[in-house]
Amino acid sequence: MTSPMTRTQDGAARTGVEVRMAGLSRHYGPVVALDKLDLTVQAGELIALLGPSGCGKTTTLRLLAGLEDADAGHITVGGRDVTHLSASKRDMGMVFQAYSLFPHMTARQNVAFGLRLRRIAAAERDKRAIEMLELVGLSAQADRYPHQISGGQQQRVALARALAIEPQVLLLDEPLSALDAKVRAQLRDEIRRIQLEVGTTTLFVTHDQEEALAIADRVGVMKDGRLEQLAPPTDVYSRPATSFVAEFVGLTNRLAGTVSGSTVTVRGRDLPLVDLSTPPGPAIALVRPEAVTLAADSSGDSGPLTGTVIAVTFLGATSRVTVDLGDTTILAQLTTADASELPAGSHVTLTIRPDPVLVSGDAPAVSEA
Amino acid sequence: MAAIASLGESGLATPAERPRGMQVRRRRRLNVFRYLVFTVFGLFFLLPLLATARFSLEGNRLGSWSLAAWKEIATYKGPPPLLPAIEIQLELAVATCVVVLVLLVPTMVWIRLRVQWISRVFEFLCLLPLTIPAIILVVGLAPIYNFIRHYQLSALTLFFAYVILALPYAYRALSAGLNAIDVTTISEAARSLGASWFTVIARVIVPNMGQAILNAMVLASALVLGEFTVAYLLLYNNLPVELFSISRNTPNASVIFSTSLASLLFAFALLLILSYAGRRRHRGRG
Amino acid sequence: MAVVTATETGVRPSRAGRRPSIPGWVGTVPFLAYVGVFLLLPAGIVIVDALKNSSGGWQFSAITELGNPLVRGYFIGSLKLCVITSVSGAVFGAILAYAVASGNPDGVVRRMYLAGSGVLAQSGGITLAFAFQALLGPVGLLFHASWFYDFPWGISLIYAYFQIPLMVLVFMPAIDGLKVQWREASENLGASAWQYWRHVGGPLLAPAFLGSTLLLFANGLSAFATIEAWESQVAYTVPQQISISLSSEVGLSNINYADVLALGMMIMVVVIMTGYALLQRRASRWLR
Repeated sequence: MTSPMTRTQDGAARTGVEVRMAGLSRHYGPVVALDKLDLTVQAGELIALLGPSGCGKTTTLRLLAGLEDADAGHITVGGRDVTHLSASKRDMGMVFQAYSLFPHMTARQNVAFGLRLRRIAAAERDKRAIEMLELVGLSAQADRYPHQISGGQQQRVALARALAIEPQVLLLDEPLSALDAKVRAQLRDEIRRIQLEVGTTTLFVTHDQEEALAIADRVGVMKDGRLEQLAPPTDVYSRPATSFVAEFVGLTNRLAGTVSGSTVTVRGRDLPLVDLSTPPGPAIALVRPEAVTLAADSSGDSGPLTGTVIAVTFLGATSRVTVDLGDTTILAQLTTADASELPAGSHVTLTIRPDPVLVSGDAPAVSEA
Repeated sequence: MAAIASLGESGLATPAERPRGMQVRRRRRLNVFRYLVFTVFGLFFLLPLLATARFSLEGNRLGSWSLAAWKEIATYKGPPPLLPAIEIQLELAVATCVVVLVLLVPTMVWIRLRVQWISRVFEFLCLLPLTIPAIILVVGLAPIYNFIRHYQLSALTLFFAYVILALPYAYRALSAGLNAIDVTTISEAARSLGASWFTVIARVIVPNMGQAILNAMVLASALVLGEFTVAYLLLYNNLPVELFSISRNTPNASVIFSTSLASLLFAFALLLILSYAGRRRHRGRG
Repeated sequence: MAVVTATETGVRPSRAGRRPSIPGWVGTVPFLAYVGVFLLLPAGIVIVDALKNSSGGWQFSAITELGNPLVRGYFIGSLKLCVITSVSGAVFGAILAYAVASGNPDGVVRRMYLAGSGVLAQSGGITLAFAFQALLGPVGLLFHASWFYDFPWGISLIYAYFQIPLMVLVFMPAIDGLKVQWREASENLGASAWQYWRHVGGPLLAPAFLGSTLLLFANGLSAFATIEAWESQVAYTVPQQISISLSSEVGLSNINYADVLALGMMIMVVVIMTGYALLQRRASRWLR
C-alpha cells in the first residue's frame, strides 16, 4: 500500500497532515542518538520505525513529540515549523509502552482528560469520550480504573485518549511490547484499522519486525541513528537496501562465495547481485530461507549442494529445515507438507532460487541470522 | 513549579535508549530550585550541630577554644561518670541487634516457608510497636521490670524492651530483603538436592540476606543509641539518661555537647556505611 | 512436596509423603512468647490498670478523669504541638523530599540526605534539645530567642528537626512512584506544569501526603525525650504528665493516673495509625 488512505467519519473530513523532519540530530554526550535524519511522513500514512535498541527510533519519536530538544534540524507539521514549540502545544497524541494511563482516573476520565484541558464543556467531552471508547471497543469499561482492566485494554484506552483530542499526528512508542503475544497480534490489527478509519498521520516505533511489516504503509529501518531504508514492507523484505536490513528483517543465510562481475558464485551456483558495484573477491552472500528448496537425495552424492537434515522446526503452515552441508549449515523454509517428507537424517540436495542477493562486507563466519 | 525529572523506570525501555525527558531550560530551573532548597534546609540542619560543636570546643573562658570536652568523654568522673554509660550503650546496641536477628530471621524465614497463613498476624505484631510507642509501653513495662529488678541485673536488661522498639524497623528491613530473593523457589531447589530445613535456612537463605540483615542491625543500633524514654522512666542509667542528669547538675557542661555530637556522628557514619555497602553487587554465594 | 533423593547424600532425607508431625506454627512460638511478654502484656497492663480501682475491682470512673480540665489541658497541649509540627513537617518535608527525589537516583546528594534523614528521624531527643539550646538558648550561639522556652514555639522548632527528615523518609517513595510517563502523557495532551500537578501529580500524591502527615502526628504525640530535655519542670503534654505520674509514688491512684493517660494516648495513636494504614494502601495501589 503506497498511497495513503484517508477516510471521513461523521461526514466531517478528517485528513492527516504531512510531517517533515529534516537534518534532525541528537546526541547524549559522546553518544550519537540521531545523525542528521531526514524523514517525511505523508498525510494519513503510517510509518513504522524499526530497529535494534539504541538505533534512534524512540529518540525520533520523542523529538517529534517535543519531549526532548533536537540539537540540530527542523520539524514541520502540516507546513508549520514546530521545532521550538513546547510539547504541550504540538497537538500530537502519544501512546506509551507502559504506565500510559493515569491510575486515579477511570477510563472515561482518562480519555476525556485532553478535552478537559481544552476547556470543552462536560457534556460534550463526555460524549466524545464515549465515542472514542466505542471506537476502540471498550465502552463497557468506561467506568473502570486502570488496575481493573487488562494490559491490552489499557493500551486501547490510551489510544482512545490520544485520539480524543483529534491530534495532527499520532505517536506510538512500542505500545504492544509489554503485552502477551496473542493480545499483541489482535491489538496490532485493531490499531491499524482505527488508524485507517480516522486517517491520522502516524509514527509507530517497534523492535518487532512482524509488527512493522504487518501494519505499516512504509517501514523505516534504523541503525545507529540513521535510516538504512525507508520503503513499503514488501520492498524492505525482498529488496533490502543494505545487508543490515537484510539481516535484521527476516531470516538470512550467510553463505561464503566469490564475487565476479555481476554475479556471486555460491557453492557452485551463480546468483545475480542486487548491487552491481560490489567489488570482486570473496564475500558473504545473504540468501533467504524461502529461496532454498530441498529435494530428497538417495544417490549419496556429496557435492557442494548436498547435505543432511539436522532439524525441522514446525511453525504451523510452514516449517524451517536446518541442513548440514558439512562445512556450514543452511536454513530452508518449506511448506510443512514438503518438510514432513524430509525428517532429520535424510540426505537432501539443495537448489537456490536465482533471486538477486546482497553481499555483506563482513568476514566469513559460520552462522545464520 | 518546576517539572518532575525522575530519571526512572520506563522499566521496559532498553537501557541504551533510556529517555531523558527534560529540556535544558526546565532542567536548569529545576536545579536552581533544588540547590536553593538544599541550602536552606542544609543550614537548618547544620546550625544546631555547629552550635553543639562550638560548645563542645569551649574552653574555660567564654569565647576560648579547647579540646578538653572531647577528652573528657572518657575521663568524666561525674556525677555520674560517663565511660560506664558509654559502655552500657554500646553493649545494649549489640545485645539488641543480636536478639532482634535471632528472634526475627529464623521466624520470618520459617513463616515464609512453612506457615504463610500466620504472616498477616506476624506483620501486625511486628508493626504494633509503632502504635504503642515507648512512652505508653513503659507504663505497662514498669511492673514487669519491677519483677526483673529483683534479680539485680544491670541496665543491660533494657534490651528486652529495646528489641520491641526496634521490631518494626528490623521487620521492614528483613522483609524487604526476603522479598528480593525468591525464598520458596530456592528453598525448594535446595530441598530437592537433599538439604535439611536447617541447612536451607542457615546455608542458603541467610547468606543471601546479608544486605537486609546489615540494614536491620544499623537501624536497631541507631534506635538504641539515642533511646532515652524507657531507660529514664524505668530508672536505669544509660548514656542519654546520664547526659540528661549531667545537664541538670551542671547545665552547659561542654562534655554534654561533645558526647552528643560524637554519638550523632557515630550513627550517621553507620548509616552512610550501610548505604554504600548496599551498592556493591552480591557475589553469588552458594 | 518433599523429594526423597535416590543417592546417599549423608543428609537425612526428608520424609516423603508423611506429614511433619509437628505443626508449622510451633516454629513461631519463641517469637510469640517474646512479644507476648514484652509487648502484649505491658499493653494489657495499661488497659487493665486504667480500668481498675485501688482495691483491685473494676471501675470505669478513671476514664472520666480524662474529661477533667487539667487532663484535657495536657491533651490539648499535645494536640497543639502535634498539629503544628505535623503540618509544617509535612509541608517542608515534602518540598525537601521532592528536591532530593528529582535528582540523580544514584548520586551522592541523595545518599547523604537519606542517611542523614535516617539518623535525624531517630535522633535521640536529648541531643537535639541540647543542640538547639546551644543555638538559641540563653547563651545561644546564633542569638537568644526569647520565645525559645515558650510553648509551643521553641519546642516545635526542635520537633521540626526530626519531623522533616521523617517526612522525607516516608514520603519520598511516593514521589519516586510518580511515573515519568504520566508527566509526559499529560504534557502531550496539552497540560502545563501547573495543570499536571493540579490534575495528576497532586491527586496521586494526596493519599501518601495525608498518610505521612498522620504518621508525623503520631510521632509528635509519642515524643518524650526531646520535650523533657527542653523543659522538665512544667508538663505541657501528655507524655510529660505520664512521666511525672510514674515517678511520683504517691499511692496507687497515681499509677492509675499514668495508666489512664497512657490509655487515652493509645486510643488516639491507634486511630491515627489506622488512618495512616488505609491511606498508605491507596497510595501504594497507584504509586507502586
